[in-house]
Amino acid sequence: MSMNTQGRITAPTKINYNVSKSFSGNKALEQATKLIFETGNFNKTGIDFPAAKGLEYRLGGLEQKKDIELPGLSEPEILRHYVRLSQKNYAIDLGVYPLGSCTMKHNPRLNEKIARLPGFADVHPLQPISTVQGALELMYELSNWLTKLCNMPAVALTPKAGAHGELCGMMTIRARLDADGNSHKRRVFVPESAHGTNPATAVQCGFFVDELPANDKGCIDMKVLRSKVNELGENNDIAGIMLTNPNTCGLFESEIIEISELIHSAGGYFYCDGANFNALVGRVRPGDLGVDAMHINLHKTFSTPHGGGGPGSGPTVLSEALKDFAPVPYVIKDKLGYYSLVEEIDEMSMGRLCAFHGQMGMYSRALSYLMSHGRDGLKQATEDAVLNANYILASLSDLMSPAYSGHCMHEVLFNDTFLKNTGIDTIDFAKAMIDEGYHPMTMYFPLVVHGAMLIEPTESESKYELDRFIHTMRGLAKKAKNGDVESFKSAPQYAPTKRLDETLAARKPILRYDA
Amino acid sequence: MRYLPLDNKDRSQMLGAIGVKDIEDLFECIPKQARSSELFDLPCHKPESEVEKYMIRLSDKSINASSVPFFCGAGAYKHHVPSSVDHLIQRSEFLTAYTPYQPEISQGTLQVLFEFQSQVAILTGMEVANASMYDGSTACAEAVVMAKRVTKKHKAIIAPGLHPHYSLATKTLASSVDIDVCVLDSEISSDYEVIDLINDETACIVVQSPNVFGEIVDLTPIAEKAHQHKALLIAVFTEPVALGLIKPPGEQGADIVVGEGQGIGVGLNFGGPHVGLFACNKKLVRQMPGRICGETIDADGNRAFVLTLSTREQHIRRDKATSNICTNSGLCCLAFSIHMSLLGGKGLRKLAILNHEKANLLAARIDKINGAKVLNSSFFNEFAVELDKCAEDVVDSLASKNILGGVPFSRLNKAGAKDILLICATEIVDQHDIDTLCSALEEELR
Repeated sequence: MSMNTQGRITAPTKINYNVSKSFSGNKALEQATKLIFETGNFNKTGIDFPAAKGLEYRLGGLEQKKDIELPGLSEPEILRHYVRLSQKNYAIDLGVYPLGSCTMKHNPRLNEKIARLPGFADVHPLQPISTVQGALELMYELSNWLTKLCNMPAVALTPKAGAHGELCGMMTIRARLDADGNSHKRRVFVPESAHGTNPATAVQCGFFVDELPANDKGCIDMKVLRSKVNELGENNDIAGIMLTNPNTCGLFESEIIEISELIHSAGGYFYCDGANFNALVGRVRPGDLGVDAMHINLHKTFSTPHGGGGPGSGPTVLSEALKDFAPVPYVIKDKLGYYSLVEEIDEMSMGRLCAFHGQMGMYSRALSYLMSHGRDGLKQATEDAVLNANYILASLSDLMSPAYSGHCMHEVLFNDTFLKNTGIDTIDFAKAMIDEGYHPMTMYFPLVVHGAMLIEPTESESKYELDRFIHTMRGLAKKAKNGDVESFKSAPQYAPTKRLDETLAARKPILRYDA
Repeated sequence: MRYLPLDNKDRSQMLGAIGVKDIEDLFECIPKQARSSELFDLPCHKPESEVEKYMIRLSDKSINASSVPFFCGAGAYKHHVPSSVDHLIQRSEFLTAYTPYQPEISQGTLQVLFEFQSQVAILTGMEVANASMYDGSTACAEAVVMAKRVTKKHKAIIAPGLHPHYSLATKTLASSVDIDVCVLDSEISSDYEVIDLINDETACIVVQSPNVFGEIVDLTPIAEKAHQHKALLIAVFTEPVALGLIKPPGEQGADIVVGEGQGIGVGLNFGGPHVGLFACNKKLVRQMPGRICGETIDADGNRAFVLTLSTREQHIRRDKATSNICTNSGLCCLAFSIHMSLLGGKGLRKLAILNHEKANLLAARIDKINGAKVLNSSFFNEFAVELDKCAEDVVDSLASKNILGGVPFSRLNKAGAKDILLICATEIVDQHDIDTLCSALEEELR
């Protein structure tokens, strides 16, 4: 049996089905979709161009004379191809998408319209500053909202995703440490329950990771942290801590203020992974917790669409201690209300994270979300997200096994104890949810819990949808306990594909079309 | 609030089911001193109409590229994007899906990624490509870090023609993992000087073609010298349309090719989101950053696609991952791929020729203006012009006449030449635009 390092089965069991195939390869609304390389034509194009003038090339002799073997398709063929493909995807607009830690909330369509306004979408990043005042004002306004919600003095807008924001925060911390002559401080504490991006980021910034265990309540074990800090003593090498709050078990780190004081007293800085900020917006300000840097996933908390994997945006708020080390560029406003961009790196700044000014298309959507909600709506959204998660917890805790006792924040974590001796694993349970018309929850993460199932409903679900979801989950849990192993192992049956052979994909990688 | 489905009746029923009296009880776990008692100094919720009105007012404060003669390039390019592209990327199933971690219900996104990777590999002349990076500049920075992993050497040489933002982003990332980055001063035709600097300690050489001045660089001699010293050649491009007419970097000996894909399918967006392209040869694939989609079969033996080789990635390998990247440019890959599928190789060639011809016409006109001199011996759709005046002043003055006349080189590098203007002409430029720019330039330089 093929398994990955988390003990998850990665190749399906062969099962013989008696399903008759259609002549067309279609299954009613679900249409067979070949690759564009198999249906397109190298001599065709779906775009009309005026004739070339036949001018002499000035390409320095580096002209490509061979044909480019990319298929072209006409517009109707293109529409069919992509509409057919789209119908093989699950989506928030289709149903509950309870991926814990990913925050799949509703994406308001007003925001799509706003992002396409020509003064945001059709401006070049290097136009003269006088011609982009509206775009800069939008960035300035967004900064204002973010810094106020966080009670932090500054924000670096440019990071292009959450992990890029982590880089921003940790590099800023490194720049501050180096400026203070503390280049020996390279130890970063990261809890076991952290997102994989945290340890990866720390290493990418030249730090090394010191892992912290969780206690039996799912939070950081303070005893361990305290003794580690004490042992390292006065001339310690502690650069800081990277901590998600609420953590990936869906719990608020209740000793957060002690943690931040302890790290500060050791001369380190507190990086907060803001992936779960949606549980706190309008109620808790990271600046009040002693946070020095925190990225905000605009594509989670403030609803910019996930787009099948991106683009995201990870503005990073910075404390007084770090703000002078922020990357360029950033927007400033003078007394007359004129906006400018600071694009030059001074001796303090940690540098530049990317070309141009970050993700304008996400800034406009996020500001539209923020203004639509206002301070009252943001607080209500936070409360509804927490309420929905706790409602699921309360409604499933008798049949499934909550990983920790007590209430949760915006997401609820179960372990696989309730599946014990059934022969059914977390992955089987997840795949059975697909047949029920649901996207599975996050599974096998966080790593501190066996067979983890992390459910985040968000505030976007109505009580009707939640009740339907709960009814389904209860049904599946009972079915599992009744020992209907076969139907779980063979799931999904109704999805566009059966379970995939991931081991084969990795062992013999086919990563592109080859004629 | 229009985005929140629960009403107060729902809320009180649900609180009852949970067994608490008040929503505050669910926030009990947060220590008192961490709870904010202050009222936020921010406005309350607004109807859709008000938000839209505010945003339109803001949008109107900028001059948008389509409304005036437009000649800016330098890393972001204005091309016509067919209407079907934006229509398709707004389909809920693409727009509101997550990363395709559950392949059975994500075959749409996965097949798009497989097709995208194939298109990028063919376009760059490389064997494999990943499922995108944030943008060209971060792809470039990651390539340098990857070169260190592959060669186990610590020195990177950046050719003078690399876009200064790319160069800074690379230096910022690479220096934190102890890569010694040598950046040469920007000059138009000095890219070949890197050849003399390559030695056995060199991990990689980063060369952009067409470079930031628009000059086309022959990568072959640089690749040869690099390979003699077991160094990797990282080829960079900022304008994907150029690959419709110029020999792909893969055929010129590049080991890693990175670039900006924005020019195909993705608008200017004031600099983001864009889409980073990343390609390399097969033997390096296990050192590549980012997500990769691969072909496999399902339990019925049917072809299907899945994210693969994930033991390189942060969610599996944590502190030993090749990169920390998680979210990438998914939806922009889709836009790129749709536009590229409409173009096909044949359409891409036509589009590239149109761009080159427009730039050719413009360069010939500008060269005749007193006080302006085109510096390039070769170019694709943008070139550098030396002016008798400060380029920034000229551009500002053109802007006041509603002409977006290019990018002063000093905007990218304050220490760089003040009199160089980077001008780009894509297929959207027409004769009237060229006439308007040239007469205005003549006036400025008189």
